[in-house]
Amino acid sequence: MSRPFRRTPGSVESTPPEVPDTTGSALGRRRFVGLLLAAPTLTVTARLLGDVATAPPASASGGGLVVPTPDGPADIFDVSDAQMLTVLPTASLIHLTLDTAGVAHFALHRSENGQGITTSTAMLIADELDMPIQDVSVTLADARPELLMNQFTGGSNSTMSTYRPIRTMAAAARKRLVETAARRTGHSASTLRTADGHVVCPDGSRIAYGDLAVDAAVDEDTPLVAPLKPLSELTMVGQPKGRTDAHASVTGTKEFAMDLKVPGALPTMVCRAPRLNGKPIRLLNHDEVKAMPGVTHVALVSTGIAIRARTFGQCIDAIRVVRAEWTEGTAGRKSDADVLADLRKAEIPLLVPKVPVLAQTVETDFTFRFASNAALETNCAIADVRSDRAEVWSGLQVPLVARKDIAEKVGLPEKAVAVHVTLGGGAFGRKAFSDAAIEAAEVSKEMGVPVKLMWHRVDDARVGRVHPMATSRIRATVLAGSVLTWDQRHTSVATDFTHGFGDVLTAAAAELPVVDLGFSETVYALTQGTHYNFGVTTNLLNEVDHGFNTGSMRGIYSPNAATARELTVDKIAHLVNSDPYQFRRKFIRRARGRAVLDKVAQVGSWGRQMPAGTAQGIAVHEEYHGFSACLVEIDCRPETVSREVPEAVTGPRVTKVVFAIDVGLVINPRGLEAQMMGGIMDGLAMTLTSSMHLEDGHFLEASWDNYAYTRQWNAPPQLEIIVMPSTTEEPGGAGEFPVATSAAAVATAYARATGTLPTEFPVNHSAPLFFTPKSFEPPLPASPTDGLSHTY
Amino acid sequence: MPTHTFKVNGETVTVDVEDDVRLLWVLRDILGITGPKYGCGINVCKACTSHVNGKAFNPCSVPVGALEDDDEITTIEGLPATVGKDLHPMQEAWIDRDVAQCGYCQPGQIMAAVALVKKVRSESRSITDADLDGIRNICRCGTYVRIREAIRAGAAQM
Repeated sequence: MSRPFRRTPGSVESTPPEVPDTTGSALGRRRFVGLLLAAPTLTVTARLLGDVATAPPASASGGGLVVPTPDGPADIFDVSDAQMLTVLPTASLIHLTLDTAGVAHFALHRSENGQGITTSTAMLIADELDMPIQDVSVTLADARPELLMNQFTGGSNSTMSTYRPIRTMAAAARKRLVETAARRTGHSASTLRTADGHVVCPDGSRIAYGDLAVDAAVDEDTPLVAPLKPLSELTMVGQPKGRTDAHASVTGTKEFAMDLKVPGALPTMVCRAPRLNGKPIRLLNHDEVKAMPGVTHVALVSTGIAIRARTFGQCIDAIRVVRAEWTEGTAGRKSDADVLADLRKAEIPLLVPKVPVLAQTVETDFTFRFASNAALETNCAIADVRSDRAEVWSGLQVPLVARKDIAEKVGLPEKAVAVHVTLGGGAFGRKAFSDAAIEAAEVSKEMGVPVKLMWHRVDDARVGRVHPMATSRIRATVLAGSVLTWDQRHTSVATDFTHGFGDVLTAAAAELPVVDLGFSETVYALTQGTHYNFGVTTNLLNEVDHGFNTGSMRGIYSPNAATARELTVDKIAHLVNSDPYQFRRKFIRRARGRAVLDKVAQVGSWGRQMPAGTAQGIAVHEEYHGFSACLVEIDCRPETVSREVPEAVTGPRVTKVVFAIDVGLVINPRGLEAQMMGGIMDGLAMTLTSSMHLEDGHFLEASWDNYAYTRQWNAPPQLEIIVMPSTTEEPGGAGEFPVATSAAAVATAYARATGTLPTEFPVNHSAPLFFTPKSFEPPLPASPTDGLSHTY
Repeated sequence: MPTHTFKVNGETVTVDVEDDVRLLWVLRDILGITGPKYGCGINVCKACTSHVNGKAFNPCSVPVGALEDDDEITTIEGLPATVGKDLHPMQEAWIDRDVAQCGYCQPGQIMAAVALVKKVRSESRSITDADLDGIRNICRCGTYVRIREAIRAGAAQM
């Protein structure tokens, strides 16, 4: 790995260079071996063996007037690599246990919020172990401090990081079961096979795994080298599989944090300040609040006035009578325009490239508004804090940081704090922060009773995490159909990375192909791959203003940066009279990228005749060790834009989406398709409909009637997702992947349908507000009472 | 404290609680019926969608005092009982299409879907794209396309 990383211009070549994708391949070859652990029944872990192989050097060859772009930092070692690297030392701390009933138990050290990793993990174990998937029990591990960075759910990295250790454990367990059966029966191990949770003897007799679980256990840790099955022998991996929790989801029995019945934990909500992050100074009517029906406790805490009651409805009613004094808040009296002006001031100048005088310059400048990463399950947690210990239940992407923060907040040693990770009702980056868990612990301590703390939707919308406002500017120079230079400058309100991701990059620092960059700038550099051969390429981030509660939102910078990139690619293609698809095809750097591009163009009938006011758009995005392309058809005709759905934000309708995804090795195509579908809905929302408006120090959007996330009336009537056949032997990432590609494709389609380049996203942000902002004092609306007049 | 009697999922229940407490909290916080989810409390996200006397409604917006003794509330937990099977055809369609991701909104989606199919049937017609466009239940995981497929498939089996 060469560092420090320097980028040098390539020479003009005569055919399109083909660059092998090397990202991640080095890490993928790290070897794990099985290790039997001393335990009453068979228990296995995976231990790292050997060291990283050297990545083959990138090379370029070919012709056509294409100026090759050398690998950028993210092309050599990206955030996915950093995450995979930092979990290696603790891989041996997770384990698989087989009980005497033949059930394999695995407590997954990641959080499940709908992305399907409990299902894909169960598939990997069942496939490698030759057992029915219903006999594999995958639960979520409690916070385990010894796992360090290996309990961080984010960066679409869960499957990438856990794939080999999990298969290694299962392979070792299978081998141990066979050896145990051989010892018991006197058969040679090589004559035994495994099937359906049994060891099968040459005479056809079968021994259930559960019957071997005790005999297979060891008294002291024992290494066991067991080769993984060749991919060709796996029967579940690569086959579509429904979610293991589907039945629980459709019967309402799937338990989220607020569904848990923890004794004494009564509903609790917090009355918050009228402006963002304002703090309570004093409560003026304690007795009146305390006397409200159902209320048991009232406490002033660092984030507001906490109220515990028999029902959440009574918490809401009590919050509505609170009179309190508050500090102003961290956004002061700022509005959108003030934040944008701050961003403009902080923008790094674009280079004036040294290129031939005849070269033409293409410049673009886009603004991306604040957006909300709120899930449908609001921030929530149950906490039971006693004088000497604390116990917390919450859907947490980073439970270790939560545990540390909770311990600090309530003044207990970390070892006295137990943190249970519950199934999450969506996360999207929001649950990387433990805001509700920390708050619940503080409230429980103040009140001296267990609490079931839930944020009201209004709190979740107005005070919850937002994706930061940003601008993205690009300057490219073009000569004779070639792009000679490409410079992108992304300027963003600061993204909060204090949830532990910093530890990941710090631990991987020695491997990083960048030097002298700040933390956020490093994350940016390691997530922005170079997609095209556009000559000398630079891509930099600058950040401002820390007054907001920010976070990732199914991706960090990529959805915005990719939208800017792909729109600019279209602008250049137009300048050189080239078709957007053919232009991309000519300049795209990698064969896997070209393959997904070709696939959507073919399946989506790129270039077909469409009526005026409608158009196709196309975009590509590479990240997470994978490749994606998206073709969109959009209808921007007046009769469509102004179509009537009661109390709905309609606007342009995306009528068709064709999406191709190459994640390397496909584990569960059905789950992968689901992730693509969901991410596409996010991409539509980001480009067309959903944003937060900051005004006078607070966000106006307070609920789902204000924040126009994609709804049925926006969903594309035609959606085709193409899962490309596996291209490698390692799985890449999925969850965040489709957002950038689809947001960009919708933007390019919109530009072509309307004949104007949109410069602000979502495109409706500066239109007159479609709603009347809800009250800030009281901070919560009363629940309606007319529900029986709206039945159907 | 006033008492309120009504039927939930086939059983008559009586609760002691103030008249104005919305039914969602009576179900979740007092009766422990947690299938209906909270997503907004103002009848816009529809995550709590359940049935009253066979019609879809949102218990977050109904004071418990507004219910009559013979009002029958059906939550997702009581849905299959209406057809005497383990799962309602709509639930089977949901599993068949692998609709749910996080699953939080799905009890409400299914209850809305069943009511929509019944409503359309009562109008002697079949489900149109406009009907599906008009479903207000939000899904933040973005499962909309599979929801549409499942509703059409589930309707065919109802």
